[in-house]
Amino acid sequence: MIELQNVAMSYSGAELLSDMNLHLAPGSFHFLTGPSGAGKTTFLKLCYAELLPSAGHLSLFGKDVRAMSRDEIAGLRQRIGVVHQDCQFLDHLSVEENVALPLTVSNRAPDMDQLRELLSWVGLKHQANARPPQLSGGERQRAALARAVIMSPDVILADEPTGNLDWEMSLRLLSLLVELNRMGKTVVIATHDLNLIRQTKAQVSARVLRIANRHLQAAGADL
Amino acid sequence: MRATFAILSAETTGPDRVVPPTGFTARLTLVTAAAMAFLAVFALALSLATGRLADRWADSLARSATIRISAPPEQMEAQVAAVQEVLKTTPGIESSRVLDDAEMKGLLKPWFGPDLPVDALPLPKLIAVTETAEGVDAEGLRLRLQAEAPGAIFDDHTRWRRPLVAAAERLRMLGLMSLLLIFGAMAGMITLAAQAALAANGQVIATLRLVGAKDAFIARAFVRRFTTRGLIGAVAGTVLGMVAIALLPSAEAAGGFLTGLGFSGLSWLWPLIIPPIAAIVAFAATRFAALRMLRRIR
Repeated sequence: MIELQNVAMSYSGAELLSDMNLHLAPGSFHFLTGPSGAGKTTFLKLCYAELLPSAGHLSLFGKDVRAMSRDEIAGLRQRIGVVHQDCQFLDHLSVEENVALPLTVSNRAPDMDQLRELLSWVGLKHQANARPPQLSGGERQRAALARAVIMSPDVILADEPTGNLDWEMSLRLLSLLVELNRMGKTVVIATHDLNLIRQTKAQVSARVLRIANRHLQAAGADL
Repeated sequence: MRATFAILSAETTGPDRVVPPTGFTARLTLVTAAAMAFLAVFALALSLATGRLADRWADSLARSATIRISAPPEQMEAQVAAVQEVLKTTPGIESSRVLDDAEMKGLLKPWFGPDLPVDALPLPKLIAVTETAEGVDAEGLRLRLQAEAPGAIFDDHTRWRRPLVAAAERLRMLGLMSLLLIFGAMAGMITLAAQAALAANGQVIATLRLVGAKDAFIARAFVRRFTTRGLIGAVAGTVLGMVAIALLPSAEAAGGFLTGLGFSGLSWLWPLIIPPIAAIVAFAATRFAALRMLRRIR
């Protein structure tokens, strides 16, 4: 599904990530941890081809990412749902329209019943017509999750999805991600919240990876 | 005025709603398109007016000629009669007429005033000649006149008609060049406005990319927005320009060349091509700007 072989990422001559090897199997659940600035976001950006590796081989759904055209990469992003810490909404559109955005950009009309069902699932049915700035932090994250899954992607990448949330809201969001994993989706969550990882490992079989000193490694047994 | 802007700037429905309202650039595009269309109407009117002038000069002067007879007073009458006889038998001559004293006085009045004693001056006789559409063999006629009336000189106006027609033709070309420059300037300004809108919406573009939008989709959203603005602005500018042309003083009231600056009959339809051309220019300029900028962003 997503495969990295000796992948390195440099920026302005400085190597941010090096010699990374990973195979994300379908239906797996991964946590990506490490100190702030370790390169977690860069790693995720590689996984949805916003960045291209400066060395090594990165394959997404069996295709070399360097050989993909811009349109192919756009198509690929409909198979990978991304949840950002800052959510990235279009503030002039309603929550409902933002959640349906992946359908809009692929020129597909949303099924309104399914859309409402999705908003109910993330607990935002009552906020469907609100504008993103009117939402709380937790609601924004759940709206971002709804947008990430509306195309029924194979992979969900979440970058610090609980960064701005309280513990209760973090667990609620996490339970949604666990539910998605049980539906067969591959989930990768970048977080530095070790308590959250421990809490999740009690519910699902998750692999924990750590980025340290520019390298990707399996986390210790303490997690 | 603000209400008009609000109506003209109203956001469209459909996929281009993903582009947020861009008040400043939308207004800039509207005003630019309106101003350029207004100027384009005048450039078009100038071009058509000079075209008509060139045609008129070329057509009417091409078929007119003058024969000037300078002879001693005792021979004048005989030479005039000889010239008229020659003209009667010359192919290509539709009519000819000897200008009388009153007409001569009228011709000289601008230079010598109304009190000119025409009888006392040794003025030459003038014969106005109108040619048929086929025209006359000027060289043949000159040779025959030289033989029959040595004081007669045939002038087919070629010498001074050519520069006049050339000047009018050049004015027409300048009018057309002005149109091209106006549309070029419009393309430049709309490109800048589109680039400003794209730059201001970097976060929107990043979000659209994140959810899988292709370059063509993003470009289309911006292009539709700016093409619509360009078309609306150009329609407004064209209507204002046509009204301004219609309100120009009439030829009788003011006289002179500029009063011929206008449209007549079916030529009033010509300005209607300006809005579609402006829309095409806006479409091409925005698409160029959008795709160029999107290629630079991954």
